[in-house]
Amino acid sequence: MQNDILAGLKNYENKLNTIWTKNLLDKGSTDGATEEEESKEFTSLFLDALKNGATSENLNSSKFEKLYDLLAGISISRAKRGFSPRETAQYIILFKEAASSILSEIESDPAKLYTANLELNGIVDNLTIMTFESFMKGREDVIARQTDEISEISTPVIRVWDGVVALPIIGTLDSSRTQIVMENLLQQIVDTESSIAILDISGVPAVDSLVAQHLIKTVSATRLMGAECIISGIRPEIAQTVVHLGIDLTGIITKATLASALQTAFEMLQLTVVKRK
Amino acid sequence: MMITTANREEVAIIREQDVVPLRNRVKDYGVKAGMSILNQTKLITATSELVRNLLKYGGGGKVIVEEVSNGREKGVRVTFTDNGPGIADIDLAMKDGYSTGKSLGLGLPGTKRLVNEFDIKTEMGVGTTVTIIKWKNG
Repeated sequence: MQNDILAGLKNYENKLNTIWTKNLLDKGSTDGATEEEESKEFTSLFLDALKNGATSENLNSSKFEKLYDLLAGISISRAKRGFSPRETAQYIILFKEAASSILSEIESDPAKLYTANLELNGIVDNLTIMTFESFMKGREDVIARQTDEISEISTPVIRVWDGVVALPIIGTLDSSRTQIVMENLLQQIVDTESSIAILDISGVPAVDSLVAQHLIKTVSATRLMGAECIISGIRPEIAQTVVHLGIDLTGIITKATLASALQTAFEMLQLTVVKRK
Repeated sequence: MMITTANREEVAIIREQDVVPLRNRVKDYGVKAGMSILNQTKLITATSELVRNLLKYGGGGKVIVEEVSNGREKGVRVTFTDNGPGIADIDLAMKDGYSTGKSLGLGLPGTKRLVNEFDIKTEMGVGTTVTIIKWKNG
C-alpha cells in the first residue's frame, strides 16, 4: 500500500539533496562534485517513483525501472573508476539516512513514523542489493577485459632470423589460449615467409595431456603450412612427467633450450655461425 | 598404514579458470611437504589432469587438498569429487589411449603412474571420486 508520508517526501527534495550531499562529504566521499548531478537525478527519480505509488511490495514493477537503470549505471561506472565496495554501498545507505532524518522531522506520530521508515527501508535495502550486484558486474567486466588483454599480449611471435620465427609461451595453455597461439603463429609464418617455427615452453609450469595435445595440434598445423616446428624449453622435470604420463612426442623435434633450437634451425637452413678471427 | 591429516582445504571447481589457482594451492602443499621440483611437477600435472576430467566429464565438483603423513614421510593427498554421470567401465577408462572425448586418453592411466597412491570410485548416475597421494620422496 502506498505510504502518504513517503509520497510527501517529494516536497522536500532540495532539503534531502542537501543533507545527503553533506552526509557524503562528512564520510569523506572523494568526488562530491561529479556525484552531485547524478545524486540529484537519483533523488528526483526516487521521489517520483514514491509519489507514483512505488512500494516495497512492487519492487519489480515498471515504476522502478528508470531508477534501477540510473543506479546500475552509477555503480558500474564507480566499479570501473576503482571505488571500493564500501564507498559504493555507503552512497545508498547515506541516502536512506538522509531520507529517514527528514521523515522524523515531518511526522511526529511514532507509529506512523515507524511504518514509513519500515517502508523506506524495504525499498532502499533492495536498491542497496542492486547497487552491489551492478558493482560486481562492473568489476567482472573489468576482469573479463583484462583476461582478453592478457591472452592477446602474452603470445608474441618474434622473428629471430630470416625464415625463423619463435613463440615463447608463458603460463597455462588452455583451449582458448592455444587457439590464439595457433592463429598468431600460422599468420606470422605466412607474413614472414618463414620455414621454421620455434615454440618455447620454458614458461609453461606443467605439461599435462591436454597441453601436450594442444602442442601436437599446433605442430601438425604448422607442418601443413609447409614449415617445420621445433619445441624448445623442455625442463628436466617436464621431460620426466611427460614420459610417465605416456605422451608420445617422438614425431616432434624437441630441444632443452631456445639456443639449441635456434642452432637446429640454422642447420636446417644450412647456415653456420662462425667466430670472427 | 595409518595416515594422519595435518592441514585440509576444500576448493570448489566450477569453471576452467578455477584450474590454475587450484594447481597453485596444490603446489604450495607440495612445497610445504618438502617435495623436490620433480615430485611437485608430477603432483601438479596429476592434479591438472584430474581436475580437467572433473570439469569435462563431471561438470565440475569439489577438490580437497590435504597435508598428510604416514609416520615416516609427509605427503599431499588430493581428492576429486564430482556428481557427474560416472564411468561405465573403469578397466577400460584406466587403459592407455582410451577416451570417450577427443583427448589422448592418457589422463587416468597417466595420472596413476605419476602418483604413489591412486584410488577411483564411481557409481553410474551418482558421480566419481578419485583420490591420489604423492609422498615427499615417492
